[in-house]
Amino acid sequence: MTTLYWEEEIETLPRVGLESVQLTRLKHLVARVYATVAPYRAKMDAAGVKPADIKTLADLQKLPFTVKDDLRDNYPFGLFTVPMDQVVRVHASSGTTGKPTVVGYTKKDIETWSGVMARALTCAGATSRDMIHNAYGYGLFTGGLGAHYGVERLGATVIPVSGGNTKRQITIMQDFRSSVLLSTPSYALNLADAMAELGVDCKALALRVGIFGAEPWSENMRNEVERKLNIRAVDIYGLSEVMGPGVAMQCLETDRGMHIFEDHFLPEIIDPDTGEVLPPGEKGELVFTTLTKEAFPLIRYRTKDISRLIHEPCACGRTMVRMEKVTGRTDDMLIIRGVNVFPSQVEHVLMGTEGVEPHYQIVVNREGNLDTMAVRVEVSEALFSDEVKTLEKLTRKIQGDIKDMLGVTCKVQLVEPRTIQRSEGKAQRVIDNRKM
Amino acid sequence: MRVQQIAVFLENKSGRLAEITATLAANDINIRALSVADTADFGILRLIVNDVEKAKMVLKSNGFTVGITNVIAVEVDDRSGGLASVLKSIEKAHLNVEYMYAFVNKTGENAVLIFRFDEMDKAIAALLKDGFTLLSGEQVCAL
Ligand SMILES: [Zn+2]
Repeated sequence: MTTLYWEEEIETLPRVGLESVQLTRLKHLVARVYATVAPYRAKMDAAGVKPADIKTLADLQKLPFTVKDDLRDNYPFGLFTVPMDQVVRVHASSGTTGKPTVVGYTKKDIETWSGVMARALTCAGATSRDMIHNAYGYGLFTGGLGAHYGVERLGATVIPVSGGNTKRQITIMQDFRSSVLLSTPSYALNLADAMAELGVDCKALALRVGIFGAEPWSENMRNEVERKLNIRAVDIYGLSEVMGPGVAMQCLETDRGMHIFEDHFLPEIIDPDTGEVLPPGEKGELVFTTLTKEAFPLIRYRTKDISRLIHEPCACGRTMVRMEKVTGRTDDMLIIRGVNVFPSQVEHVLMGTEGVEPHYQIVVNREGNLDTMAVRVEVSEALFSDEVKTLEKLTRKIQGDIKDMLGVTCKVQLVEPRTIQRSEGKAQRVIDNRKM
Repeated sequence: MRVQQIAVFLENKSGRLAEITATLAANDINIRALSVADTADFGILRLIVNDVEKAKMVLKSNGFTVGITNVIAVEVDDRSGGLASVLKSIEKAHLNVEYMYAFVNKTGENAVLIFRFDEMDKAIAALLKDGFTLLSGEQVCAL
């Protein structure tokens, strides 16, 4: 298989060349942000750093972090570096608490974004001949429009189907011969289940590859999606603060990690507790500096996503570093009786259990001073038995596997099918009833 | 000599059992026998009905998890000692009973015992050898 590239020269540039591009862009960024954005200037002054102190890429570590609260404090447009007449689009992400975070794009930002998104689509083997089924939500969320512009840049055909109305989506897939699917992984499973119910044979579809992102998902879930939809499932990464989808993308030559488009987004991995940059290859919180964004650049933005960087060369020939699949978030990490628990770990155990469907929910309560964790699992026909002892054996097995993997005792609750809330977008995996 | 039984998964929520019997009744399905195995966390409802396939379809489309399993129906005189003689025969053959439940026929003369064994063939052979009457699904529903 010959690898397709969107921008071969930059994507395969030797590291030394890439790093010199990064340094030039970083110096320019820091100088511009210091000159134009008061909150950044104040933070840098407080840290005693001037733009002239940035002489090497390692000097990045001298700069203060930007966190989500900085974005909220400057709501809505306080961190924009250009006058509003140059901002051609805004997006916003809803926060679970308080105000949303607003991001802005100049005309050139939209071009940059479309370009990295076209690169991402090419990583998944998409070409101008593809019919691309974009089931990411359109609107303030960056997913829908971000992917949309990328497909148009690639020259493929975009079906702007957005989220919801699953039956209609399946009809469109059949009639329009959709060949590439863009959606959240949980929605892909919704689609697969709906197809099974409607008696639609996914082998008769033109679907070849699915590009999934916007929520954490496990390797087991990947296998499930690939099997149920008969496609190759690849990972895309992005977050609205940094750009939207297209920050990093898995190529077809590896199942290990996504290439970060480092000429635009400079990654670091830090210890989330101390803020120290970790040695290469270690797992920690992912931090991004945007090197080319005009309207809303970010310096050392803490994503709260847990990952690690993979520096080994990839078979596809791209020289850009890979980030491992996000295995959790520093903030959706649950602390149960002092133990760090990521929902993705629980999912990994469940998906490794024969017959368990990926519909589960973690419910945390505090009884007295003790945290309790219950995992609700829907009983599918494959799991069900007319014998009590078989079902009890199953719950004990899952409890044992979770205890082995996480070191936490939990209670597994079998529930009737479709009692766990399904959303067309992101699945609500955790209900934390503790009053902190 | 096997009888098909419907098993339904139940969360321990009030009203679910009533919902199932009402759903079946609304679809003209007669329940001949019924038993609920309850644990602290969930229940399993087991039913002998006159139309197993239809019952399965109706319950499934109402969102229940349903399974069909084979059980054995043994008819005994409804006098004391009827159950004891069956159990003695089972013990003699070293059979392991997974569960059992009973109901009385319409005339009240005979009892029908429903058994689930892990070794069904061996159980059928042992009971027939000891002269017990095993009922078919049609016979159970006709009682
Ligand atoms: Zn690669």
